[in-house]
Amino acid sequence: MNITVTVNGRPYTRDVEPRLLLVHFLRDELDLTGTHWGCDTSNCGACVVWLDEVPVKSCTVLAVMASGKEVRTVEGLERDGELDPVQQGFTECHGLQCGFCTPGMLMTSRWLLDRSPDPSEAEIREAVSGQICRCTGYENIVRSVRWAAEHSSREVAQ
Amino acid sequence: MQVPANFEYAKATTVEEALALLARHGDEARVVAGGHSLIPMMKLRLARPEALIDINDVAELSRIRVEGDALCVGALVRHAELLGSAVAGEHFPILHDAERVIADPVVRNRGTVGGSLCQADPSEDLSAAFAALRATAVIKGPDGERTVPVREFHTGPYETVVEAGELLTEVRVPIRPGGSSAYVKVERRAGDWPLAAAGAVLRLADGRIAEAGIGLTAVRAEHFFAAEAEDALRGAVPSEELFAEAGRIAAAHCDPGSDQRGPADYKRHLAGELTIRALRRAYERCMP
Amino acid sequence: MSGNGQHGFGRVPRKEDARFIRGQGNYVDDIKLPGMLYGAVLRSPHAHARLVSVDTAAAEAHPQVRAVITGETLAGLDLAWMPTLSGDVQAVLATDKVRFQGQEVAFVVADSHYAARDALELIDVDYEALPPVIDARTALDDGAPVIRDDLEGRGDNHIFDWEAGDAAATDRVFDGAEVVVAQDVLYPRVHPAPLETCGIVADMDKVTGKLTVHTTTQAPHAHRTVYALVAGLPEHKIRVVSPDIGGGFGNKVGIYPGYVCAIVGSIVTGRPVKWMEDRSENLMTTSFARDYHMRGEIAATRDGRVRGLRVTVLADHGAFNGTAQPTKFPAGFFHVFTGSYDIEAAHCAVTGVYTNKAPGGVAYACSFRITEAAYLVERMMDMLAAELDLDPAELRLRNLLRAEQFPYSTATGWEYDSGDYPRTLRKALDIAGYDKLRAEQADRRERGELMGIGISFFTEAVGAGPRKHMDILGLGMADGAELRVHPTGKAVLRISVQTQGQGHETTFAQIVAHELGIPVDDVEVVHGDTDQTPFGLGTYGSRSTPVSGAATAVVARKVRERARIVAGAMLEAAPGDLEWTPGRWTVRGDPSSGATMQEIAMAAHGSLELPDGVEGHLDATTVYNPPNLTYPFGAYIAVVDVDPGTGKVAVRRFVAVDDCGVRINPMIVEGQVHGGLADGVGMALMQVMAFDEDGNHLGASFMDYLLPTSMECPSWELGETVTPSPHHPLGAKGVGESATVGSPAAIVNAVVDALAPYGVRHADMPLTPANVWRVIQGRPFRTDLAIP
Repeated sequence: MNITVTVNGRPYTRDVEPRLLLVHFLRDELDLTGTHWGCDTSNCGACVVWLDEVPVKSCTVLAVMASGKEVRTVEGLERDGELDPVQQGFTECHGLQCGFCTPGMLMTSRWLLDRSPDPSEAEIREAVSGQICRCTGYENIVRSVRWAAEHSSREVAQ
Repeated sequence: MQVPANFEYAKATTVEEALALLARHGDEARVVAGGHSLIPMMKLRLARPEALIDINDVAELSRIRVEGDALCVGALVRHAELLGSAVAGEHFPILHDAERVIADPVVRNRGTVGGSLCQADPSEDLSAAFAALRATAVIKGPDGERTVPVREFHTGPYETVVEAGELLTEVRVPIRPGGSSAYVKVERRAGDWPLAAAGAVLRLADGRIAEAGIGLTAVRAEHFFAAEAEDALRGAVPSEELFAEAGRIAAAHCDPGSDQRGPADYKRHLAGELTIRALRRAYERCMP
Repeated sequence: MSGNGQHGFGRVPRKEDARFIRGQGNYVDDIKLPGMLYGAVLRSPHAHARLVSVDTAAAEAHPQVRAVITGETLAGLDLAWMPTLSGDVQAVLATDKVRFQGQEVAFVVADSHYAARDALELIDVDYEALPPVIDARTALDDGAPVIRDDLEGRGDNHIFDWEAGDAAATDRVFDGAEVVVAQDVLYPRVHPAPLETCGIVADMDKVTGKLTVHTTTQAPHAHRTVYALVAGLPEHKIRVVSPDIGGGFGNKVGIYPGYVCAIVGSIVTGRPVKWMEDRSENLMTTSFARDYHMRGEIAATRDGRVRGLRVTVLADHGAFNGTAQPTKFPAGFFHVFTGSYDIEAAHCAVTGVYTNKAPGGVAYACSFRITEAAYLVERMMDMLAAELDLDPAELRLRNLLRAEQFPYSTATGWEYDSGDYPRTLRKALDIAGYDKLRAEQADRRERGELMGIGISFFTEAVGAGPRKHMDILGLGMADGAELRVHPTGKAVLRISVQTQGQGHETTFAQIVAHELGIPVDDVEVVHGDTDQTPFGLGTYGSRSTPVSGAATAVVARKVRERARIVAGAMLEAAPGDLEWTPGRWTVRGDPSSGATMQEIAMAAHGSLELPDGVEGHLDATTVYNPPNLTYPFGAYIAVVDVDPGTGKVAVRRFVAVDDCGVRINPMIVEGQVHGGLADGVGMALMQVMAFDEDGNHLGASFMDYLLPTSMECPSWELGETVTPSPHHPLGAKGVGESATVGSPAAIVNAVVDALAPYGVRHADMPLTPANVWRVIQGRPFRTDLAIP
């Protein structure tokens, strides 16, 4: 099937099998390997991307379903060479170790902060609760998102 | 990574179009919306539909609205949308209670109300919540529209009354004054399927329970509700003793099996315990 | 980013983060080589069955299939079996029988990942089912099915008997003991489950005869040697590249059949072949951990002085003995089970058995079975405290090793290097507010609420070798390091260990920066490529900082000494008259007359006449053979609430005071602890791989093998004490596995403490709601089998 998916603002047209999973479309067809996969059952969240502005697990979405829609991946977080505050926060607060869950965590964190710019620890924990991190025990992920919240609002205030 | 076998794919943008596609592809076609139950089954190759009819763009199925004395929830409403719906929460706290513990926030962005009901997993949460609420399923097919009480919707594990060529379009929940509702679930971990869960709906009149609904999931309660416990509640004066009695009856009338989530006796205990807790919370919410 | 200009130790942000936060990591599945094909493994649905026939005709006829490899194909190449890390053999692809569910039967190579998966369905295998051995406790029964009939003369499922300690002395202590407490304790089978599964891209260049494998390995050099031994390939023609690794935790130490199949696939097709496990394959077939059925006995005086420990263990090793640990230690370092206490006599006897389950046993941040040992002794201490009606903190304080007892020789032959255990426990009790917690617990109990407080004190033994005592397949556990200093004073460090998230690129650069007094940013760390790095045994058993960190310090000091000689020539002073201030050699008594490392590096590459001892340049190499293990330790306190109506456990607080000696990057150390504490929550409360009577794996996906999320983990409360290791050049001890080793006991002890009003003294992990409820009822079930 011929599909056109807009990824990080750029349209891509490809001929794909209907069964191709969105995560494979991004990784294999578009070489956007920042989006990972870690399970087959939509439990781990390594594959989280935005589909029409909402985080979804791209291992459980068909590429054909994304045709005509907008996808945003970790590669689309940086804007004009400026890191997103969540990217900075994860570095400042050691919110990642092996880095494998990080892209999914970043995408969900950005979405959370867009909806709730000053989230509590409980809100952050709830937001990322469908995404497994095996390294950090989540503590520094929470702190990273808080860091991003505090630094984003400061920028806005300025 | 596991990947599905090949299939044909067609996208519908209206209910009519979806029905036409279903008619064209016949028995081996499956409707897909969020896909969070179906696609993993297809990856395991336990489900092998020859065609998928994608209804994600059928906008008319995405609405939540009050029509007459019913809350109408479109089949394509995402779990996150139902959770975020003020009107749903205002009338039916049970729906927000349930949605808060269905899967995880990202899955809830994609999974749909209709998909959950049609997948008919014996541990599914909304089936119990809608059964407690005595909701009605609206099904459209080549011969028009029919309605089926949610309490008659499931015909067995992973089986429903929706026939090949038909589409669940909406769930209608009757709005009745003078009551409230709650849903309580125990899972092994956030995002897990329930070990057991209970929903309670109470309508009070003159200090008595005018009507009660008890929904149960994951404990093999027939059609996801506890009729005998409801009978015991109806017409009685609410009290801790009454709720305990309802819990005992609910536990006695379900038929849970053992699996790695827990042994049957534990689940039976939970059916009772959670029925009591749900009733208690629903009753507290009835208080002004 | 700030801070990388720092010179040495401290909270330096990680160098590796820049790529990961941009999605620019390079994991094995991100690698795409020209002409690359894709492999998939067909696996047995049976736990135990005779292989009657494998028909691959239909698969071979698939238009996108390039090769189908079976056990028969491999037998023709003498590759159907491979040696394990424990002196056994393991089937690469089955030829005679399948011995666990998920065992490898055939390998398909196709043009695409999807086609390879499709072709698996076209292979027709005829099995003749055999009765399986699932419960380790029945493996040695008379008449039990014999799993390893491939082994010459094998008539049962017995693998080994092994013991440590003085049995007679221990028996004497028990015979005269005032109090003895005994308990069966199961440490169930779990899996490390890194978020990235295992995989490989194998690329055999037929022209040059060089095999390059990009693979998920924690030990690239060991893998290279094993490939040479397995496949008979010349070792200098093998290059193992370990790119970014999405978590390892011991899962990526061994060599799995899929790797060998991919290599054969590349040889057969002449093209690169990628194979990545799916999640079920990862959980069902690669290194599991634990599965120790233990019986512990503890002997003490009535006033709470522990005198003896006696332990027997039935160790379930699965269908092939493939545990990854130093060769001389078939039960790993389990015999460190006397833990943190001054104990007169101790003895353990371990029996290893085969069962129809996947091979493994040593994985998952376990420090070679210290996880099991620490869990056992900490459970026994709490059982004893309950028996004596003594507060568990007080019992521990009466028996913990004191500072003046170090170095301490244990009853089972270890020499602990340094510590002050009571100080560390007291610190944890202070942070937790222990007395207040006990008062709160008493109040809550009055109201029928179940609150529990659990303590665990652990001693780790990490940083294997020394090579004299410790080797893997004859390879001594020592690690090399090479340090080059470029003319401008920028340095490149090459190390043998492989990060899986531990932040080696940062920590090791900090060590060099600390030793040479140059900015951290001026040090590049090269690792994970056998063509680029010196030989060494890799990263597991928390050995990177203790061994490779020491190698790095030593090699940097060599460079510094060479720099002294060059500086002497530059400053026209005798090297012996120079003194070191970070980054600079100066003439003693004349601080203005110095040369910086950068100036010295340029001079070493320039026209300066160099004295004896320096041929030119400053580069140096070393191999570090540790004189002893290092012994990090810690005190952990968990506070839990249990819902008596549902059995659900919530971890309310967790206090962890770790002493891992000198901390090179405290931020990274704390991160390592955080992750291990989450492991503790997982193992104590939810992670388990059980099997039904047919040998079906009941935890084969993340729907059934539950890992903790952000919701089950509390906000960790950390503290530290610092007792440097006396024999490590930096005083560091290693910390990667400490929290995984120490934390499960704290949580289980807390839950058992919460259940004390019901008379509960012990419950096996995982403490799922169902398990806890049944324990309250006095009817616990076996967590390693199907729930009846």
